[in-house]
Amino acid sequence: MTNFTEQLEQYYQQSPERIAITLLASGKEDLPISYRILMEGSAGYVDTYRQAGVKPGDVVLLILQHGRDMLYAYFGAVLAGAIPSIMPFLTEKLLPERYRADLAALISVTRPTTIVTYREFETEVRTALKPGEDSVRAVIVSDQALGPRAVDFTVMDGLQREPDEIVLLQHSSGTTGLQKGVALTHRAVLNQLESYSRAIQLRDGDVFVSWLPLYHDMGLIACWLMPILLGYPLVLMSPFEWVRAPYRLFQAVSKYKGTLSWLPNFAYNFCAQKVRDRDLVGVDLSSWRAISNCSEPMRWDSHQAFYERFKAHGLRYEALATCYAMAENVFAVTQGGLDSPVVFEDIDRESLQVEKIARPASGDRTSVRMLGAGKAIENTQVKIVDEHGATLSDRLVGEIAVKSNCMLTGYYHRQDATRKAFLGEWYLTGDYGYLVDGELFINGRKKDLIIVGGKNIYPQDLELLAYEVEGVHAGRASAFGVFNDQNGTEDVVMVVEVDSDDPVERLQISDAIRAVVTRGSSVALRYVHVVGKHWLVKTSSGKTARSANRDKFIAEMNASGKSY
Amino acid sequence: MTEEMLSQLGKYIASEFLRQPDRSLGKDEPLLSSGLIDSFHLVDLALFVEDNYGVHIDDSELNASTFDTLSQLTAFIQARQG
Repeated sequence: MTNFTEQLEQYYQQSPERIAITLLASGKEDLPISYRILMEGSAGYVDTYRQAGVKPGDVVLLILQHGRDMLYAYFGAVLAGAIPSIMPFLTEKLLPERYRADLAALISVTRPTTIVTYREFETEVRTALKPGEDSVRAVIVSDQALGPRAVDFTVMDGLQREPDEIVLLQHSSGTTGLQKGVALTHRAVLNQLESYSRAIQLRDGDVFVSWLPLYHDMGLIACWLMPILLGYPLVLMSPFEWVRAPYRLFQAVSKYKGTLSWLPNFAYNFCAQKVRDRDLVGVDLSSWRAISNCSEPMRWDSHQAFYERFKAHGLRYEALATCYAMAENVFAVTQGGLDSPVVFEDIDRESLQVEKIARPASGDRTSVRMLGAGKAIENTQVKIVDEHGATLSDRLVGEIAVKSNCMLTGYYHRQDATRKAFLGEWYLTGDYGYLVDGELFINGRKKDLIIVGGKNIYPQDLELLAYEVEGVHAGRASAFGVFNDQNGTEDVVMVVEVDSDDPVERLQISDAIRAVVTRGSSVALRYVHVVGKHWLVKTSSGKTARSANRDKFIAEMNASGKSY
Repeated sequence: MTEEMLSQLGKYIASEFLRQPDRSLGKDEPLLSSGLIDSFHLVDLALFVEDNYGVHIDDSELNASTFDTLSQLTAFIQARQG
């Protein structure tokens, strides 16, 4: 197969009644969708796009939630030879003004000709547009899209797409507003699926179960394109519903004998804490053979909590797996926990932070438990390089570089950013990590690095320490460096969102953070800024955006006339 | 009865979600649309209501159109209690 449409045509011709996807929605009957129904629904969108003047190679931006509209609009764009790109949906947490600004920024970079959204969201979308100035020629409201119809593949422009033409854009989970569209070809995606399906030992009987958002590579590639294009059933629920009813994931795995899922680390804790016994009555998780922890720093503790909570329902410890992935490599770079249990090791914290060497901890030295992300998948190579691009040996921390046959073509309309990201054929991930006999461990990101007096500090280490303080919740602190002209180096600033607005309590929290950070890292915080909810700027995936928080902090301090 | 329920729910939300036990919540103060309660809290709130008032809130009902204030939540619970 050389392009998506060929693959879809094959299922449509050979096994039209096979169920491609089952959509779950609370309060509704589960909705199975066969390849035939999928293609017929998508054909309705092909005609809708044609009427709207969409040409092959145009970018079509989809602002939809999980459901039939998303399925048909997405694969309709594929069949039409257009380039689908999913934009995160507005959540309750995100400010509407912020969302509009993000959308406008995205439009200016990816230049979509068409946007598909819901009627109730149309006004929101139109507010972000600049008619006559930006690239958008049509806003399609999903209830106006043409209905399902017979599929004639011979007229589908998607069939003519070359393997090296761009098939889709993914938005890298950079700071929202500064997002880059990762442009991927048919060949890159299909190569990734081939290698990754071997890494996870994809086999007959596999069933994917997911609640993941589709604007992120983990959801889009692992739990949308992989099953649909490779012919494995997918059971899909919405992230908005999952967060209100996390037990549904377990009931779905049990009901459909799910075998494969991918989860970000926080989900392990969330599920372990929020699922009630009553909702697990009769639930059997023994079919689950690989649950891959992916997309945010992975914690051993989270795996343990998850396992302890669900083992009585048949969850097998061997099912816990890990994965290191990025949109730039389509998805997976490494996979762990399939052939053998996930690797972990206790590393000397000071050595890791200061010397950048991952030495196994000894005696009473403070240690940090590192969870292995596994080994490189086929046709993907991983190496660790120093700041000059020289390859480092095992246990030395450096930047993770990746070379593969499934690399991005470039950041869409961002040649500048693309050039910067490569060192020859090697893609520089911006993540720090180290290798031990091919096993990759990840421990930070380059761009958020704080350098204090020549000493490199990983801000997430400081934030983790802050989370130890009572009143500071995980994900609600942001540490960054602010250059101090007088000292010629960076000061470390920590902003923490707290629930309390009591000045006395805030002061106590601030004091406790200083104490724990100083003790835990030998870094003295220059400024601890205790703020209320929603102060911190987050990316669409919920991670804190440190550089944006730094800018906001500086602006706020300057505006108030405070010194910092 | 209504007053007691309002007070209990308000106390629970203030202490468990806002971590400000002394904070009093107005009965018409928006909770969801204001961002005081986020989606991660809703599961806990539904469990609290079920445990204390014997009313099951389906997760499809956990949104701002079902209730956004303590008054609305209280009315919802009482309607279910029949």
